[in-house]
Amino acid sequence: MELVNIEKLLEKYLDAETSIAEENKLKTYFSGDDVAPHLEEYREMFGYFSASKNERSTKTIQLKSRKLNWKWLYVAASAVLLVSVYTGYQKNQQEKAEKIYRDTQFAFNMLSANLNKGTAAISELQEFENTTNKIFKQPK
Amino acid sequence: MDQSEFLKKVMPFKDKVFRLAKRLLISTEEAEDATQELYFKLWKNKSKLSDYNSIEAFAMTMTKNYCFDRLKSKQANNLSLVHSNYKEGGTSLQKRVELNDTVSLVHKLIERLPEQQKIIIQLRDIEQYEFDEIAEMLNMQPTAIRVSLSRARKTIKEQLIKQHNYGIS
Repeated sequence: MELVNIEKLLEKYLDAETSIAEENKLKTYFSGDDVAPHLEEYREMFGYFSASKNERSTKTIQLKSRKLNWKWLYVAASAVLLVSVYTGYQKNQQEKAEKIYRDTQFAFNMLSANLNKGTAAISELQEFENTTNKIFKQPK
Repeated sequence: MDQSEFLKKVMPFKDKVFRLAKRLLISTEEAEDATQELYFKLWKNKSKLSDYNSIEAFAMTMTKNYCFDRLKSKQANNLSLVHSNYKEGGTSLQKRVELNDTVSLVHKLIERLPEQQKIIIQLRDIEQYEFDEIAEMLNMQPTAIRVSLSRARKTIKEQLIKQHNYGIS
């Protein structure tokens, strides 16, 4: 395209009066090698615009990731709750059993202590009988 | 609307959403996250999508609003500037290096524009939407868009000339 036309288009371009087609003409002109020296700055502009359009997002979009995460969070939380309730219950049971065991042991201890007192008394009684036997003659 | 139908409708403009998000949020990672978030929102609202005459325009409006929210929120204060890598297929290495240098200069100049002009430059000069479409996306009058666009283009041009005259880039 002729330089005069390009200059006219540029003027329109700066006033934001150009159409997409005209802007594309400018882009094509400035991507070429024979750009007039006094229009050098436009080459940078249009070169940048064209280059920018080629930038791509590299990440893939995930639509359900969050939902799934929440679901798994629920599952994990309820599992933790169940386990803790279960272990808590177990522990409670164990403590109860230990208390009963301790109480029973205490009762047995008391029983045996009192029983020993009884046997001591009986052995004293035995001593008494021995002595009586010494004093009185035993019928033969 | 099932998933494949939805994807067929919304996937063609995924890169446009990404590029607009990147224009506003600057970092590629932020833009990727924003794209993911927006598509998730679209998917959740898929039943309402048929109410809009252009899903693409609706998505671009959502992108703009979402990015503004992100910029306003505190999290955005931690955004880091990431140097952008532009891939040019088919050009020689020499040319590519040259282009990269100048390309990032234009990039920086656009970054300095007001948000509104940034969006309009992105939508018109890069994505090449018609003025009517941009008007729908931004809920603005086409004439107001032309004024804003003209201002942005002139600023970029003048800044480029200035930088070159001083030999600074």
